[in-house]
Amino acid sequence: MIIKTALAALVLGASTLGAVAQDFTPENPECIAPANPGGGWDFTCRQVGKSLQDLGLLDKTMQVVNLAGGGGGVAFAEVVNKRGDDNDLIVAASSATATRLAQGAFPGNTMDEVRWLASIGADYGVIAVADDSEITTLPQLLDTIKNDPTSISVAGGSAVGGWDHLKVLIAANAYGIDDVRSVKYIAFDGGGEAVTQLLAGSVQAFTGDISEAKGFVDSGDIRVIAILSPERLDGEFADFPTAREQGVDAIGANWRGFYAPGGMSDAAYDAWVSKIADLYATDEWKAIMAANGLAPLSLQGEEFEEFVANSVQQIQDISREIGIIK
Amino acid sequence: METFANLADGFAIALTWNNLWLALLGCFLGTIMGALPGLGPSNGVAILIPLAFTMGLGATPSLILLTSVYYGAMYGGRISSILLNIPGDEPAMMTCLDGHPMAKNGLAGAALSLSGIASFVGAFIATWGLILLAPQLVKIALLFGPAEYFALFALAFMTLGGVSSTNQAKSAFAAALGLGLATIGVDTQTGVPRFTFGEVHLYDGLDFLVAIVGLFALSEVFIFLEERHGSANADAKKLTIGKLYPPLSMIKQTIPTMLRTSVLGFIAGVLPGAGASLGSFISYSFEKRLVDKDNTFGTGDPRGVAAPEAGNNAAAGGALVPMLALGVPGSGTTAVLLAVLLSLNITPGPLLFSENPDVVWGLIAALFIANFMLLALNIPMVGLFTRVLLVPPRILMPIVAMVSFVGIYGISGSTFDLLVMIAFGVMGWVLRKLDVPLVPIILGTLLGNAMENNLRRAITIDNGNWWTLIDSPLTIILWSIAIVGFILPLVIGRRVKSRMRRDEEGALQD
Repeated sequence: MIIKTALAALVLGASTLGAVAQDFTPENPECIAPANPGGGWDFTCRQVGKSLQDLGLLDKTMQVVNLAGGGGGVAFAEVVNKRGDDNDLIVAASSATATRLAQGAFPGNTMDEVRWLASIGADYGVIAVADDSEITTLPQLLDTIKNDPTSISVAGGSAVGGWDHLKVLIAANAYGIDDVRSVKYIAFDGGGEAVTQLLAGSVQAFTGDISEAKGFVDSGDIRVIAILSPERLDGEFADFPTAREQGVDAIGANWRGFYAPGGMSDAAYDAWVSKIADLYATDEWKAIMAANGLAPLSLQGEEFEEFVANSVQQIQDISREIGIIK
Repeated sequence: METFANLADGFAIALTWNNLWLALLGCFLGTIMGALPGLGPSNGVAILIPLAFTMGLGATPSLILLTSVYYGAMYGGRISSILLNIPGDEPAMMTCLDGHPMAKNGLAGAALSLSGIASFVGAFIATWGLILLAPQLVKIALLFGPAEYFALFALAFMTLGGVSSTNQAKSAFAAALGLGLATIGVDTQTGVPRFTFGEVHLYDGLDFLVAIVGLFALSEVFIFLEERHGSANADAKKLTIGKLYPPLSMIKQTIPTMLRTSVLGFIAGVLPGAGASLGSFISYSFEKRLVDKDNTFGTGDPRGVAAPEAGNNAAAGGALVPMLALGVPGSGTTAVLLAVLLSLNITPGPLLFSENPDVVWGLIAALFIANFMLLALNIPMVGLFTRVLLVPPRILMPIVAMVSFVGIYGISGSTFDLLVMIAFGVMGWVLRKLDVPLVPIILGTLLGNAMENNLRRAITIDNGNWWTLIDSPLTIILWSIAIVGFILPLVIGRRVKSRMRRDEEGALQD
């Protein structure tokens, strides 16, 4: 009897100890998607929220709030100004967030005002042409642009100066096109519309993410001439040649991840980081990544913070070079 | 024949008690969400996504629930348009033009039933279109490049003159105001913010929903507040409901209209850059041009109710074509549905029909079921809806104000949007005092962005060559329709019209 009680006490003690190590559980977990329902950020929030709950990492449903406006700027300002010490809140972010922070498009806000949590994967950039195009390699496309910039229109889903635009410019720059501003970029409302215009023959090339192009590659309507990843991806994407192997040293990853309010407690920050890290490690998440064309990019806590800082710096440099910012 | 076998399979998937219950729930919630100003179909669907997830629904049941909400909201939008002259969502705006006058003439019940039937016809035809033509229709979408879209939007813009029957100059002024408002926000073709005054909330431009709720709903509240003090007749102009169901002759009269506008709306829906609002708008103005011999449109013509309702519901079905077959959303709501598909690990695209036939055909069967349910749900409920008219304005108007504020705040969670809404409310009140129609403002804003972006895309692609705008057979056709159908009558018809002009003093405002 005594032994039993002692055992129970031990077990109890151990469990309290465990609770100390992870002494934060969000009471009302909330994820802000800084865009209207249906976009990438919305997907990030909903998919991660659903998976966290399915896998038992959260015992409550994560509420997804769509706070659209200013390409994420409205949400950023809201978090900084009004929700600065909310421990239950995480916010979806991506390269687009870093791009706007780098270009000063969130007036008065900088990346240091929030805490960067973790990444959940990366969508590598692709450059594609229609299946019946005469262009077969990236250097061939860039040569054509070099000779006559007016002959090639490149379509993408972001505004001028946005991430889709920058990806082409990074490639053009790496290939030695000095005046990258001569590259003709046509902005559409989202990658889907841009691909459609490639199929329709209105434009000659497409810049976007794998996830936007995947369906059309499978059906044989478009051809990916370069993927902007360090090396070839696995599985069904293994056929895509990298820009690097074609002699164009350009890498462009649209990472997806989360940030949290700047005043979040360390306990809460660590708990969120470990939850997302645990999620990332599961096979279920690997399957979701594969189905959506997300490539591995596993960065948590400080490592992620550093990564974002670097990418903001890199984008600032390119943007200055092409004259988007002064 | 294979199609019908597939469809039968789809029904086998969709016709379970569980799914039928979900469809009923979705239809009911959707109708309510559509009717409440501020909550449109896209928000309605977005709000219910967590519900689908927490209920642990699989791919097909989730889609059945959410598409029922989608179709339901398209039905529901008309209710507040007709009864209160406040559109429940963007596509329902055109239904105000004749629906509300009908209600004022004591035909509220007939207008509601008729619009319910028109919605059914539109959605029914569109669903058949989706079944029989989806793969081929994608090719239509591919015929439209920036130059073609510009011609299409320009054509829609030229029909604006037909929308308001009273003062053309005021209508043109309203449209110009809308065009001006459309320029607010970051210009995607250069990345430069315009008229944003450093306010990050304005970077994405003005939200149509905020503008609509402000212009229509809030200004109605302001007018009421003013009249209440002026005279005691606010309660005196109580409306009669009339018969709940339209006479057969009225249905017969509107059948050709419904059929024509269903096809027109469906095509507008199929084009990824156009959508349901354009569908209902083009349907209304084309029908007016075609059959409005006696200038009855705008004064409560049943055909003016049937046209936009058949048109917008058909467009809702049409918008599913590019979403399923191209993975490109044709409207805000299909963008949300697309996101749902993706989070269920289904990638829409050219291969969806062959790779996930159960999802596609289950969805199509669900659309049929939802459509019949909505008809069955809506027609008997007309009596209930019309009770709204019996509520005295002193009770109704505060509720309208409350729903507007809660709805807009609920969507965006930002007080800035509430301020914008109030600003639009005041603007709407002033413009109503000046007898300026409100619909062209929203249309100007809606069309302005699309027109400008496509014009600039087309010109940039062709290196500054303006001839590109008439460089393809399709653009020439669209421009010809615009000129022959809408510009020439304006020039030639003026003289004829002035002779024929009847006494229009009593004509209604928008």
